[in-house]
Amino acid sequence: MASGVKPRVKVPKTATAGDIITIKTLISHKMESGQRKGKDGNIIPRSIINRFTCDFNGQNVIDVTLEPAISTNPFFEFEAMVPESGEFKFIWYDDDGDVYEAAKSITAS
Amino acid sequence: MKKNMLRMAVALSSILGTAAVADEGANLVINGDIGITVRAPASAHLDNLDEVLSGWLFRADETQVMQMDDFDNPGMIWVDAARDQFAAVEGGEGKSCASCHNSPEDLAGVKAVYPKWNEEAGEVRTLQMQINDCRVSRMGAEAQKTDHKSMLYMEALMASVSRGMPVNVAIDGPVQSTWEQGKDIYYTRYGQLELSCANCHEDNYGNMIRADHLSQGQINGFPTYRLKNAKLNGTHSRFKGCVRDTRAETFKPGSPEFIALELYVASRGNGLSIEGPSVRN
Repeated sequence: MASGVKPRVKVPKTATAGDIITIKTLISHKMESGQRKGKDGNIIPRSIINRFTCDFNGQNVIDVTLEPAISTNPFFEFEAMVPESGEFKFIWYDDDGDVYEAAKSITAS
Repeated sequence: MKKNMLRMAVALSSILGTAAVADEGANLVINGDIGITVRAPASAHLDNLDEVLSGWLFRADETQVMQMDDFDNPGMIWVDAARDQFAAVEGGEGKSCASCHNSPEDLAGVKAVYPKWNEEAGEVRTLQMQINDCRVSRMGAEAQKTDHKSMLYMEALMASVSRGMPVNVAIDGPVQSTWEQGKDIYYTRYGQLELSCANCHEDNYGNMIRADHLSQGQINGFPTYRLKNAKLNGTHSRFKGCVRDTRAETFKPGSPEFIALELYVASRGNGLSIEGPSVRN
């Protein structure tokens, strides 16, 4: 597991049903591109988050493919419509097979 | 008619005045909660300034906005990391920072008064030196280098819990000679370009130095997250960068010269709020 990985999510706690809300996510990750060489002249192996998804009550909101050119600590900001109360589930997929998860619930009135 | 013309000229100049730079009347509130003083009357010891201004005022709108919310401020990632570090046991004594200091919030206000005199050691100490002393004598851990990565994280944590508190560095009593030394350095021209700190940050703040908008060089926002290198930057490293840019042989981070300079520059910002980790370009 890559070290120092910590997902963070910001979702409003409440919304009016049908509202469009802004979601911000950030995960601390070194995002090693696989193109750099270390002090010994050898290539530092690629280690990035390659996929990020967000689901709301089982329905997909966003599904992102990340490429090596994305810089360290990737930050996403996107919008979602909230039809009802429920839970946003966020998943980041690491190159090394690790999966980092976060969830936030929201109350719609 | 003449009056109208005049009024128009005034309106125009105020538009033009703000166009080149970010909004100069802007106020900084972090998380909609912590009010930051970005303009303050200059301390009595500052002969050539009437008002001290935070570097935040000199940055572009989008950079300013990043600092207004902790989630958008990339520096806060390391404040989080430092919280873990604060609770982690290190060294031979089996202690962590939390063993003595409980929570980081208990140390609110500490960052605002450093560098300050340490009576026992008989020296002026920067916050990093104090943290190192804690590490070595209380925790039995190894000292860290000035502006070492994890040292900066810890300093950023200390700054973040003191945000909004006014910088209040003492300049008299036992620290006076060090302070005078710092002042000397501030006004000494260094390097092939023969520039002193004051040439840019006192005589020319608000002007452009090529593409860069010169600030007053206040350090109330340190450690600073810089967009140019995407990491936290310490005061001494920043001094080093500045002196290097005058094409001089620089002092070393952690050297007595930079400690004196840090004390003096910090005292120039007395009255401004602590706002670290700040976001700058």
